[in-house]
Amino acid sequence: MSKQRKAVALISGGLDSMLAAKIIMEQGIHVEGINFFTGFCVEGHTHAIREKSNAKPTRNNALWVAEQLGIKLHIVDVIEEYKKVLINPKHGYGQHMNPCLDCKIFMVNKAKQWIVENDFDFIITGEVIGQRPMSQTKSKMPIVSKQSGADDLLLRPMCAKNLPATLPEIEGWVDREKLYDITGRSRKPQIEMAKEFGIDDYSQPAGGCCFLTDKYYSAKLVDLWKAQGTKDYELDDIMLLKVGRHIRPRPHFKLIIAREEGEGRFLQGYKKEFTSMHCSSHPGPLALIDGVVSAEDLYLAAQIVGRYGQGREAEQVDITVTDQEGSERVLQVKPLRTDEISNDWHV
Amino acid sequence: MTGTFKNIPMALKETLNARRLLCPLPVIRTQDKVKLLKPGDQLEVICTDPGVMHDIPAWCRINGHKVLETHSCDHEYIIVLEVGE
Ligand code: SF4
Repeated sequence: MSKQRKAVALISGGLDSMLAAKIIMEQGIHVEGINFFTGFCVEGHTHAIREKSNAKPTRNNALWVAEQLGIKLHIVDVIEEYKKVLINPKHGYGQHMNPCLDCKIFMVNKAKQWIVENDFDFIITGEVIGQRPMSQTKSKMPIVSKQSGADDLLLRPMCAKNLPATLPEIEGWVDREKLYDITGRSRKPQIEMAKEFGIDDYSQPAGGCCFLTDKYYSAKLVDLWKAQGTKDYELDDIMLLKVGRHIRPRPHFKLIIAREEGEGRFLQGYKKEFTSMHCSSHPGPLALIDGVVSAEDLYLAAQIVGRYGQGREAEQVDITVTDQEGSERVLQVKPLRTDEISNDWHV
Repeated sequence: MTGTFKNIPMALKETLNARRLLCPLPVIRTQDKVKLLKPGDQLEVICTDPGVMHDIPAWCRINGHKVLETHSCDHEYIIVLEVGE
């Protein structure tokens, strides 16, 4: 009896990786999913933080896809290792701070290590030639295979017929004839294929699979690095970039102001790491101060925070400032007018 | 919370503090902890991200573990699971 071949599928939670896994499963291959958590993934997070979405928590699409396919999913924490990919991408950034090509190489390399450790035979991805301008062009496909070290163990079922045969095809573990030749940005072939497989519920993220493709998020990351004077980050830094209004009135400090209750509760969890402030004479949001501030800076910060509370039109409001040890003091300030908050301060 | 387990004296009863972690980190921490447990052991996961009420049960279904209990109080979300085969 021939050996049961096993493949690991990179599952992002989108339709393409779901279809790629399905195509290979249909050929009798044992498939398990792998999903890498870089810290920037769109799944969960802001949905979870923001109050409005709490009534209907969003699902994690990677888990959901695995469940629909009936396969196991291994979620791997790559937060630390991913730093070197993002901080210094050999192939540069995409439209925003997304280092897609380096990211693909990194993930396929991790998958290669995983198949060696777990005695699997090959790797599949949902990549389609021409789907994404930076990382999924025909010329980039061999770069990912080669630089990841996966070489011909990396099979892209969605566009395999347009690429040289890989080991699973050469060895006859999978039938190349039953693979596909999709190219381009159109989603029609995938939607058709989903129909054929009876898949009628799937997620199609517009920009990409992570926050780094988001213009506003990328701007906040660049601002963070500029303020720190170094390209580095901790998980808390990048989580906080997803939450609240970020206002930098001076180069050496910024305010993170909750936009609603869920964010306020989330920011509460950081009161031991940051000086925080909130309006105590009127209802208003919690704000964290990121940076070392003088008395004058603190006063300005209080005036800004006053602007975002219900006392915004009052002559004077009380702003309670709490330091990391929990000591409190009250500043009495006049909230700034909207036109006194420079547009350039908004990160 | 130990009362939850009082009728199952043989099983290991562990608690995982996943407060302040956002999904999928509570799932990853649960996955890593379960790797160290045996079938029949129980794990109580305490979280603050409401997304876990979806994600941890989904992860359990995929991987053959059983959710024994889920509840929330004071913005904390608690899931008790039993490790499967
Ligand atoms: S969108 Fe983000 S996760 Fe996806 S390949 Fe690009 S950098 Fe990587």
